[in-house]
Amino acid sequence: MSRAETVATAPPPVRPSPLWTLGLLRSELLTTLRRWRTLALLGVLAAVPVLVGVAVRIETGGSPAGGGPEGGGGPAFIAQITNNGLFLVFTALAATLPFFLPMAVGVIAGDAIAGEASAGTLRYLLVAPAGRTRLLLVKYTTTVAFCVLATLVVALSALIAGAVLFPLGDLTTISGTRITFGEGLLRALLIALVVAASLIGVAALGLFVSTLTNSGIAAMATTVGLLITVQILDQIPQLHAIQPYFFSHYWLSFADLMREPVYWDDVLRNLGVQALYAAVFGSAAWARFTAKDITA
Amino acid sequence: MDAASAARPPEPEGAVIATRGLTKRYRGGQLAVDGLDLTVPAGSVFGFLGPNGSGKTTTIRMLMGLITPTSGTARVLGSPMPGAGRTVLPHVGALIEGPALYGHLHGRDNLLRYDAADPTADPRTRRARVGAALDRVGLTAAAGKKAKAYSLGMKQRLGIACALLQPRRLLVLDEPTNGLDPQGMREIRSLVRELASDGTTVFLSSHLLDEIEQVCTHAAVMARGRLVTQGAVADLAAGARGRLTVTTPDTAEAAGVLKDQGAADVVTDGDQVTAEPPARDLAEVNAALVAAGVRVRGFGVRRASLEDAFVALTGEGFDVAG
Repeated sequence: MSRAETVATAPPPVRPSPLWTLGLLRSELLTTLRRWRTLALLGVLAAVPVLVGVAVRIETGGSPAGGGPEGGGGPAFIAQITNNGLFLVFTALAATLPFFLPMAVGVIAGDAIAGEASAGTLRYLLVAPAGRTRLLLVKYTTTVAFCVLATLVVALSALIAGAVLFPLGDLTTISGTRITFGEGLLRALLIALVVAASLIGVAALGLFVSTLTNSGIAAMATTVGLLITVQILDQIPQLHAIQPYFFSHYWLSFADLMREPVYWDDVLRNLGVQALYAAVFGSAAWARFTAKDITA
Repeated sequence: MDAASAARPPEPEGAVIATRGLTKRYRGGQLAVDGLDLTVPAGSVFGFLGPNGSGKTTTIRMLMGLITPTSGTARVLGSPMPGAGRTVLPHVGALIEGPALYGHLHGRDNLLRYDAADPTADPRTRRARVGAALDRVGLTAAAGKKAKAYSLGMKQRLGIACALLQPRRLLVLDEPTNGLDPQGMREIRSLVRELASDGTTVFLSSHLLDEIEQVCTHAAVMARGRLVTQGAVADLAAGARGRLTVTTPDTAEAAGVLKDQGAADVVTDGDQVTAEPPARDLAEVNAALVAAGVRVRGFGVRRASLEDAFVALTGEGFDVAG
């Protein structure tokens, strides 16, 4: 019985690698991206610009500059698509930002903790031990990375569809000045990043909801439900006093980046609201998750 | 720490798990674990027994830092849980309430992910360690299959492999042979013995009493949130007395002779008569049977099993156990 001689004392100090959090983040990103659900969401997002482009192309009979200013009453950019395919990028982002993009982010964020809990994998991550704060940070970082990825998928799909279906070239800003195609591309990238940043609030909200339940489906449904509710409330004039605090209120301000000079006020207000949501709901998620009994 | 637990004796040196007055009351008011004083000696294979709802799982979750105790303390490897989880848990391999896997990932990728979650795991040796763990549970051939295609037994093996990714000082295995065929059960039991002989303490919960008897050196029994008993398996089984069993075609006569010889609680079942052995030389009892013309086919004392001890302690059968 030599094993009985093993005496338990305090474990020797373990030396965590400073890079291990990145290893967990990499694992998390790969795990998320290998889900069929994630790929389906990205596929839907990639299809939207193509559908918009094809619809505009069919409606205008394929003749460039045939759209005219009336252009169907869609987002401000839609009339210009036939002149310049780059405008499909702005149109597609304006079309997906109110619902498709935040819905996709809500699904990923809502699933972040609750999905692991309902699969039972959360307890094994925590006894690994991943550490609750670190796991939450990794989950939030992954969700934000998905915001960027989803936005870029929309933008790139729109750019490709725009280049195939319509002519490219110098473009006219909302203010009426001309900018080169190269500068237009840079503006498109900037807009995509601002759109991605607009989703940070939904991501934080979804993560918080995700810490409240052990059901991934419930967390996703609640987050998407909140998204729709806020969008509806944002349309009710009597609520205008609180509307500036809705995460979606300044979303479409990204169009101001197409002015010359750029009108920053609402863009900055939007980023401020997103930061506020990230701080408030990020803290709430942390407080909840670090104190929670993991019974699933 | 409340006054009651402060008055408890200090925990013994060398205990891998030591709880003092460990209590968990859930929000609904349900008392799941009530004043548990559990001591798991280093190097032991410790069987943790109890029927469904007796508080075993809640105890294991408190030991692993997943649930915060309402009161009392739990020390694992000498450090308080859940506070010292980050330093303690890398030395602990755990299978808690069955395996949980990412169905859309391959078996190997599941282990790579869990290993990535461990801050002390060296990424450079990750693939080799995952390969060794898969080999140890006999899953190498199925490592490239998606986990959702695994059978229950394969999932169980993968869960055990996850606990073996690093050299551990403590293994917590909750129902490790669940879903395995008899051959798989034997393999896991010999794996447990092998690990224990390397000096790893194994904390094993099971509803299979013969499994506990076969592999465990120590055991504890829980019922209704309280610890009924704990100690060496041999001592526990010895606490329950064995029964004298006589196999004979002449059961009526045999029963009469046994009563005359001072045996209590004589029960006839088929061609067997069992009784509590009287306090005298059993050779004389046998001689008396033969002298009375009873044709004895078999005579002996059936050793008390852990099950007898369990029934004696909890007053309930093991049918409800989980």
